[in-house]
This record gives sequence, C-alpha cells and structure tokens, in this order.
Amino acid sequence: MKYIDEYRNGTLVRDIARQIASTADPARSYHFMEFCGGHTHVISRYGFEDLLPDNVRMVHGPGCPVCVLPIGRIGAAIALAMRPEITLCTYGDLMRVRDRNGWSLLKAKAAGADIRMVYSTLDALRIAEAEPQREVVFFAIGFETTTPPTALALKTAIARNLGNFSIFCNHVVTPAAIHNILESPDVSKPGTIKIDGFIGPAHVSAVIGTKPYEFFAEKFRKPVVVAGFEPLDVIQAVLMLVRQINDGRHVVENQYIRAVTRLGNVKAQAEVANFFELRESFEWRGLGELPLSGLRLRPQYAAYDAEKRFSMMTFTAEDNPACECGAILRGVKKPADCKLFGTVCTPDTPMGSCMVSSEGACAAHWTYGRFRTKARQPDAGRAVA
Amino acid sequence: MCLAIPVEVREVLPDEMARVTLDGVSKIISTALIDDVRPGDYVILHVGYALTKINPEEAERTLALIQEAAMGHAT
Repeated sequence: MKYIDEYRNGTLVRDIARQIASTADPARSYHFMEFCGGHTHVISRYGFEDLLPDNVRMVHGPGCPVCVLPIGRIGAAIALAMRPEITLCTYGDLMRVRDRNGWSLLKAKAAGADIRMVYSTLDALRIAEAEPQREVVFFAIGFETTTPPTALALKTAIARNLGNFSIFCNHVVTPAAIHNILESPDVSKPGTIKIDGFIGPAHVSAVIGTKPYEFFAEKFRKPVVVAGFEPLDVIQAVLMLVRQINDGRHVVENQYIRAVTRLGNVKAQAEVANFFELRESFEWRGLGELPLSGLRLRPQYAAYDAEKRFSMMTFTAEDNPACECGAILRGVKKPADCKLFGTVCTPDTPMGSCMVSSEGACAAHWTYGRFRTKARQPDAGRAVA
Repeated sequence: MCLAIPVEVREVLPDEMARVTLDGVSKIISTALIDDVRPGDYVILHVGYALTKINPEEAERTLALIQEAAMGHAT
C-alpha cells in the first residue's frame, strides 16, 4: 500500500536504531514521551523497547482519548442511552469502557438500549435523517483529529434542519495536556520522572500544525519532533530527538512533512472554531481537572448540545483504587507496575481505561510487550500472567 | 483513535464527497475539510473525512532523509 509499506522497511528501522545507539551518549540517559496512543501502539507493536539502546527509553503519555475520558462521562452516556427515545451513536472504541457501576455501553446495549456503533459522524447523520422519530445523539470524543468531523456533522445537521440530532461533546485539546504534564510535580521536580523531549502526535498535528508546540519547546526547553505513525517515522523521530539533546537544542522539528505543516489545516481549524469553544476546565481520567482543556458547543447551538437538551448529569467518579491508570497516563508508572495488570485486568476484562483501548499503554503492553518482560524477569509471573 | 490511513482519490463526487480506494477497497468519504481534491491525490482518511492531502514530494524527501540517516548521515 502506497505511503504505508515503504515506511515499514524493517532493515532501515534496524539501521536507524543502530545509528541511535552510536549517536546516543553512553554517559547519559534519554527519556522521550510519546504523547499519542497511536505512537504507543507502534512502539509496542514493532518492539522498539528492544530496538533502542538501554539508555534511550520511551515514556507513554496520555494521548488516548478513550483512556482519558472520565468514567463519570461514560456513566452519563449510558444513562442517556437507557432512555427509550434516545439512539446513541458512538465510535467502537468506547463500547467496553466501564462506568463506576461496572456497566459499559456494550452491556447497556445488551440490556436493550439503542446504541449503535458508527464509523463516522456521517453515519450518525444518516441515522438521524432516516429515523426522524428517534432522538439521535452522537457521543463525540477525541483530540483535535476527531473534532473537525464533529464540527462538520453539526454544520450539516443545521443546514438540513435535523432537529433530532445532537452531540454529547467530550472533545479535548492536546496543548493543555502537554502543559499539564510539563508542569506536574511528577516531571518538574528534580529526581522524579524524567522527560527530555516529546514525540508530537501525527494527525492532531495535521490539523493544528506544529506551531502550538513552539511555546513548550521554548518555555520548558524540551525538544519536540512531530512524527508519523509508521515505524520508520517513529524511529527517525527518536534519532532527531537524540541529536537535539546532544546539540543542546530544544526546537520543534517536523518529521511528518508529508502530511503536516507549521500552520496545519486552517480550514478544519476554522470549522472547529465556528461551532466549539473552550470549557473553563474539563476532567481527564488520571490527570484530574485541567483548565482550558476541553471543548463544548457554542451557546448559540444549545439545541444541538445533548448535555443541555437532555439536562444530562455528569459526576466525578473514582477509579478502582488499585488501578494505576492515572500514574500510567502521566508516564509515572509502567503497565507491569500495576498489580491488576494481567491478573483481573486484561483486554477481555479491562478494569482500567489503559486496557480498554487498543491504544492504551496496558493493552499495547499486554499484546506485544509482556512476553519480553517475562523473558527478562522469569519470576515476575504476577505482572506478566 | 487518531489513527488514519492514506487512501487514493479515484473520483471526485458532488457535495464535497469523493470515492477513494485502499488496496482495492472502495469507500465514499467527505472532502469538506480540504481544498482542490483531484483524482490521483492521496489523502489521510480519518473517521470518514479527508484530513489533509499527502504531499508526494515531501513523502519522497522523507524517505531520502531516512535512507541517509540509516547510513549515518545527519538529517
């Protein structure tokens, strides 16, 4: 497949890994956070932990929308879906996330709720048009990549006067999360978690461009390399970060030049700005309330805002106290550090969000990484199951 | 969630839609977020919408830079 296969050349990946090993200063260590769950998946799937030298380590970040969605919002969506007049349309990623009562959208669907998995907001619009007697609510989640399609759905619903279509908006923004990580005590205090640089998200950056990261690179003196989602993209980005550190530089570099520009997709940004505004704060699972980190519909579109239209109640709900998803999302702990990992928490029975989404750090480690852990620590049966 | 795939535009359709193909699989998608779409263009497809066009020159340049990096040249 064009633009995919050529970026998966294993020989080249190994060659660049060798260049990283020879470029990295053996007297120091390098810790790079891949913000995006897509990168987490690639790093686990292609065995980067073994490819990279021991002094170049990757730290998983919170860039997985399913992982950071607080379970109170899931509970609110389930409660809404249980109402007889409601048809809840959702991306498949959300179906198995449990609320505080152990319910999921999948369980609610089995109990009779009209919940439909859709590939696109276009499908949700089609359902609303085809079934005017139903109240069709689109469960919108995701970072800046997924927000423009929601904005266009709203635009289309307004243009077609679809009075039975509304949006439960849970969209979040990337810069606020990066800012939170860099200012958190975990990272900012000496002697705690070390992050020397960031791999910036691929498709979020296709929308917002590389410009928003310039502030972080400058203020926190951390290099950022925006990278594509193929293994050659990621390994090249790691090499670029190592070189920046060695040279004492901290700038934003763009590895994904085939799809990302400095200013991003201005048309998509304008569509989002037309329909959405920043919330004063929004709760992130594992990170807590983050200021100016989430979006809501602008007041003039209240008729299409499911939270207002159906007086939805959202509440803060605690995670299972034994679940380490919060610390894992902040890069403070690794999946195998959680005592639930591989015991009661597996992809079949996920306790925490990092195991529910295939892009979550725990699911990625379960699928691709735990065998390596087992090989290294034969007595660590508890953690690797 | 933010995963997206490069697909080839085969036919530009009315109402800012297009028919695209990936490895023989054909799909109708929205091109409302991008301008000046033509058959033969490759676009990044995410949840039914083209997010951006792939720049073929930059794609080639990336591969050239990767080749250089693999041989130990600074990129």
